[in-house]
This record gives sequence, structure tokens and C-alpha cells, in this order.
Amino acid sequence: MVAVTLWGSLSELAEGQREVEIKASNLRELLAGLQAAYPAFAPQLERGISVSIDGKIYNDSWFQPISETSEVVLLNRLEGG
Amino acid sequence: MAKDEFEKREFKIVGTRVPRPDGLDKVTGRARYGADMSAPGMLFGYCLRSPHAHARIKSIDTSEAEAMPGVKAVVTRADFTHVPASGGTKDILDNVMAGEKALYDGHTVAAVAANSRSAAKAALKAIKVDYEVLPHVTDVDEAMKPGAPELHQGRQQESVPEGFSQNVLARSQYGHGDVDAGFAKADIIVERSFKTAATHQGYIEPHACLASMGNDNQADLFCCTQGHFMVRNTCADIMGMESGRLRVTASEIGGGFGGKTTVFLEPVALMLSKKSGKPVKMTMSRDEVMRASGPTASTSIDIKIGVKKDGTVTAATGDFRYQSGCFYSMNGALGAMCGFAPYDLENLKTVGWEVVTNRPKAAAYRAPGAPMAAFAVESVMDEIAKELGMDPIDLRLLNGAEEGTKAAYGPTYPAIGLKATLKAAKAHPHWSAPLGENQGRGVGCGFWFNFGGNTSVSLMINPDGTVNLSEGNPDIGGSRASMSMMAAEELGIPYEQIRTIVADTASLGENDVTDGSRVTFAVGLATIKAARHAIEIMKGRAAATWGIDADAVEWVDGAAQPAGPNAGKFPPLTLKDIAATMSKTGGPISGHHEANAEGAGVSFGTHICDTEVDPETGAVKILRYTVFQDAGKAVHPDYVEGQLQGGAVQGIGWALNEEYIYGEDGTLQNAGYLDYRIPVASDLPMIEPVILEIPNPGHPYGVRGVGETGIVPPLATIANAVSRAAGVRMTSLPMSPPKLLAAIKAN
Repeated sequence: MVAVTLWGSLSELAEGQREVEIKASNLRELLAGLQAAYPAFAPQLERGISVSIDGKIYNDSWFQPISETSEVVLLNRLEGG
Repeated sequence: MAKDEFEKREFKIVGTRVPRPDGLDKVTGRARYGADMSAPGMLFGYCLRSPHAHARIKSIDTSEAEAMPGVKAVVTRADFTHVPASGGTKDILDNVMAGEKALYDGHTVAAVAANSRSAAKAALKAIKVDYEVLPHVTDVDEAMKPGAPELHQGRQQESVPEGFSQNVLARSQYGHGDVDAGFAKADIIVERSFKTAATHQGYIEPHACLASMGNDNQADLFCCTQGHFMVRNTCADIMGMESGRLRVTASEIGGGFGGKTTVFLEPVALMLSKKSGKPVKMTMSRDEVMRASGPTASTSIDIKIGVKKDGTVTAATGDFRYQSGCFYSMNGALGAMCGFAPYDLENLKTVGWEVVTNRPKAAAYRAPGAPMAAFAVESVMDEIAKELGMDPIDLRLLNGAEEGTKAAYGPTYPAIGLKATLKAAKAHPHWSAPLGENQGRGVGCGFWFNFGGNTSVSLMINPDGTVNLSEGNPDIGGSRASMSMMAAEELGIPYEQIRTIVADTASLGENDVTDGSRVTFAVGLATIKAARHAIEIMKGRAAATWGIDADAVEWVDGAAQPAGPNAGKFPPLTLKDIAATMSKTGGPISGHHEANAEGAGVSFGTHICDTEVDPETGAVKILRYTVFQDAGKAVHPDYVEGQLQGGAVQGIGWALNEEYIYGEDGTLQNAGYLDYRIPVASDLPMIEPVILEIPNPGHPYGVRGVGETGIVPPLATIANAVSRAAGVRMTSLPMSPPKLLAAIKAN
């Protein structure tokens, strides 16, 4: 299981939990696991999120490995200029 | 990918200041910008724009315009019959051609193509639009209130609590710890509210394009953009055509800074071309650029920070309210994530709000959302330092983030360079230089994420040993030079032997937009790997020529050679030698790399500024300005220094003079550079850039994005300098002379 830190607005949709556990070995499995476990996240997941894995930020790389000791933090989908 | 790729090495070309490949074209006028392309039989397209801030479009009568001599096509929203697949693209369509309502002064409601400029402009005057003028709102705090004029219904995201106007589209909360407990431990609490005005990126080149659509539903588009693949995908979605049928070529670009990361004219030109059967050229005037492209957000921000007497921050909160024009744009959330990012805070709560108003939809502007947040946070930090009698750099070093710090936006930082920039600033002679009467010194820190993203690069070996490199990102920050340098470094050949071009959308795989400070990092990484791919092929050709195993060949200084005595004795085969025989050894040689290069490293900067305030007029003079930034390996230091200097200069304009001024009727009052004042050379001292090369572990050469962080600290840095010089805390930008004079007198 991977411990996933939620940002505050997502936390409110997960009954106030700041951290949830999802079974996942890569980013794709993480996103699918979040969708299944927390249907209320669906609109935000559809809009897109960014995921910090061990301090580096990923947007789309489905097969980016995640280990059980990885620090995983969800973020609003980032945009630059 | 992109994890721990860095290998320490001695560079021969990277890090030098080679001549820029676009320099001669730009100074001789040979470079082709968006408006420089023409085609036989070309028409001229112009937009009719709403004179109202908010109005229902009851009807549009184009019959008289269509009958005028020389007019070949008139389009309105009724011509855009395809519904885009993406919600974001629907908003873009609504922005480039109004639907049921005009949502801001300058919103396009119709467009004309004619065989002369004068015929097209005359036809615009003949279009009759029946408007029902609606109440409008342009201020973020007013727009959030229940009862405010509402632009849309049903667009509010699930994160917005009840009780807010429908103009509030999203709320994002970040933080950790217990702020109430943290504030209870504080000896001093400073709480301030701030406002910043909307500003424009101020690129010199207005938006321009040339669209040509044939009867076979194939089209070509030449345009000024930061991302021609984005233009292709967006326009194809709006036009209801397959993206492969639309080839987009990026022109030379006269500045973008984030403002050219979307489309404005391009879908309209394509529709006019489709309807007329002729190529259509469209060029915005400066007035149109100001009224109807994408400025940045204006903001209203509340910051509260509690500290102990020794300067340790015990808790902080921030409420970041951003209006981003008439459609959703994520800016407030970025403010909430970035504002406190330079600090190691035990207890933090930030909230970002996305609010729509009757203004043009905001576009990105270098580190979107971050400069305003840094202005508010760094101003309070400065006030705390003053109240404690503490050196403001020492206060920041005491509370500064470092490896292992839990960032304001959640993750734990890997190795970062914030404290290195602070220490460099403190050690610099600027920090200890004496100040005169009415002068003040400010310091400020800033943070930006930096991105990677989808990238494709092709590197072709030519028969004479020269090399062509194709990248898919418009060159806004020197990418042609830096890619050529990295390829030359890797291949071991002279820089002059390589020419890099920006290829069109039909010639290269997908590439993300030139944004997020991504190009030198991501395209550079792809360039190095494409060169390595080509080297592997060339090693194979050499091995076959010598009749030895490819594993027994190594690449040294631009040539293949046997890897050791056991591999045999053969004279080295240079790249030029291998290129000369490539048709005999297996055919053309190219290297490619295509990847989504994620995992870019974050960046920090610290700025110092000295200002002098004229107490009689409120005018501010920038006396001295020094930028310290963790840039990773600086591939071409001239360009890196230019990015740092440019960020500072744009920040000086944002801090002192630039602002979108709206009248009571919701129309923009200063749509031109006479009334919207950007800094010019005579306003500025030499901006001294200090590059700190802390390698990014995610890049083979340690490269880090540098294009955006430089605009994050200036607003705060200058506000802190002005506040100290004037003896009054300035909390509203721009600090224009009338505003500053009023504050001095009120004090």
C-alpha cells in the first residue's frame, strides 16, 4: 500500500482524511485506485492532477514506478508560462 | 525517466558564450515573425469586438457587410458548428468568438475577411449587433460576493462552499500542522491585506497568423506562438478536423512570457479561410492585444504570520483570491502553493480562489500566480524583520526551506538551492553598500516548480559531417543555441557544425508548449539522448568497417575508436569520416529521442533592490538590482543572465507602473503603451545576475529551468525597498507615484 497525501480540498471530499492508502505500484494504478476508492474525487481527477513522487512532480507518466516507501503527494494540475 | 541522470563532467562547449544563431536574422530584418508571411490571393481578416463589458448578444446582422465590395467572408459564432471535445477548448472557442454573451470589452463577436485592409475595416462597421447590456464586475472581491453580476451558471467546482457568487469557480486548500496552536506560540503576529493589479506580459510582437484551408479540408497555419503543436490540437478540435490535416509552422517569436500559450486569432483565421476559400492573414493591433489577449490575474491577498522573538515562524496563513478574467484559469491555487514555498513551516494553511470577472481570460505570465503571492508573503516577512530589528536575510535563513523540508504544497524537498541564494546575497557587496537619504533596500525570495513534458527531437547526420537538429518548441529563450551546444558537446564536434531548427507539426512528434521553464531541461535532455542514439549507430558503423564487435568501440572527441588494445589497432573514424561513407555502411544516420520528460527540479531565487523615493512626487528610481538564482548548469550564460535580467525588469514594471485600468463602464482605459507604462532602458540600472550552478540531478548535465523564477521575487523585493525608503508599508501594486505620494502623506 502507498500512503497518499491529499491537498486540503480533496481531503474534505475524503471525510477529512489528509492521508489515504492506495494499492499501487505505478502512477496509473494510483489514479485508478483513487478513482475506485473515492468516487467523490472523480470531477477533480477528470480535470487533472499532478503527483509528487519523492519530491519530483509528474503529470501523465502512467508507468512511473511508485514503491511502498515513496512519498506521494497529490497537487492541483500544474500549469506554467 | 529523468531521475538521477546527472553525471559530473568537464564541459568544452556547454557553459561558453557562443554566438546566437538567430542574431543576424533578427538584427537585419530577415527573421520572419507572425505578420511577415504572405500568400498569393491572400485576404486580410479583422475582428469586430464588443464595446461592452457584459452584454447579451440578441442578434447579429452581417448582410450589409457581406454585400460590400471586396468582402469574401464574414463569420460569427454561428459558423463554428462543431462542439469541441475538451471543456477547456470550449472555453477557448467561447473566448475567441463570443456565443450568447460578450463577456468583456474587446470580446470578438464577428470577423471579416476582405481583399484589402480598408475593405475589411469598412465591413466591420456595417455589421449590426443588437446588445442587451448587462451589469458587470471587474474587481475580484466584488465578484465573489453573493449578488454580484454573474458571468456563468453551473460552473462552480465541488470545492467551493455555499454562499459564494457563481463567479467563484474553485477553491484549493494547502498546508499542514495546526495553525491555531502555532499562532498561540507566537510572540508577534503580523497580518496584512494586499492587492495587485492585472498586468500584461508586454511582448513586443502582437499576435499574428496566416491560415490557408483548402477544399480538401487540409490546412496550413503559420503563426506566432509558444506552442504550435498546442495550436494544431486546439484549432483542429475547434474546427472539427483531424489534427493530422492541419500543419502548423511557428514563426519567429517576438516575446511570449506565457501569453502565447493559447490561441486567439488562429481559429478565426481558419474559419474565414474555410468560408472564403482563400488564405487569410490576421494581425492584432496593440489595442487588441491589450483588450483581448490574456493578461495576468489581479489579486486580493490576506497574509498572517506569527513568529517568536528569535524570528522562528510558528504559524502562517494565506488567503489568495485571484480573478482570471471571464473563464476558469488556475492561478489562485498556484499562489496558495508557491507563496510560502521558500520556508520551512510547522503550521501552515493557505487557500487559493479562482474567480471570474468581466475581463479578458487571463493567460499564463512567467510563473503564473507566484509573483503576487510572493509579494504578499515576502512583504510580511520584511515587516517582521523590521519589527524584530533583524537582518531580513537572516530571518529568511533562519526559516528557509532546505533538503528535507516539507514544502508548503506538500512534498518533502530534495536538495534545493534557496539557502545558497540567500547566502550569496548576504555575501555580495550590494547587501552591505551604504544607502543615502530617501533610499531603501529590499530583499525577497521566490520559488517556481519548473516542468518537463512531451518532447521529440531528431538529429540528422549529413553526408558532409554537418548536423541538423529538429526541435518542436518555438525558441523564446535561446533554445536553438542551447540545443546546438548540448548536441555538439555530446557528439564532440564544433558548435558551428550544427544547425538547429524549429520543425513544423508534420515533421516531428508531439511537443508540449514552450512554457513552465521546460525547454532547456526537457528538450536538452532529449537532444543529449538523440545524440547518444546517433553515436551508437556511428559506433556500429565503425565496428562494421573494422570488422570488430560494436561493444569494442568507444566515442571520444567526435570520433569512434577501438575501446582498448584487445579491440585491435585502427585509426579513429571521425563523425565526418563515418558520415562520408554512410550510404555504403547502411544508409542515413539519425538519432531520435521521444519522451515525456517529467520530474524537473524546482528553482529558487533571491533578489536585492535599492530604490530612491522622491517624497515630493512619489516617483521611484531603481538604483541597483541584483538577482541570485539557482540555475543548475547554465548552458549559455548570456541567455541565462538575460532570463534573470528580464524577469527583474518585468517585475519592476509590475511593481511600479503597470496596471489594467477599467472605467466605471467596465471598459479598459489604457489599451496602449502610452498609457500602460512598461519600463524602458532609461528607467533601469544594469541588472546584475548572479548564477548559482547547483546541478539538477534529473538532467545529464545538471540543467534546471530558469525562465520563470526570476519574475517571482521582484514585486516583493521592490515593495520592501520602497516601503523602507518611504517609511510606509506599501500593500497595493503598482506603487505608482500618485498612490505612493498619498501613502506618504497619509503616514
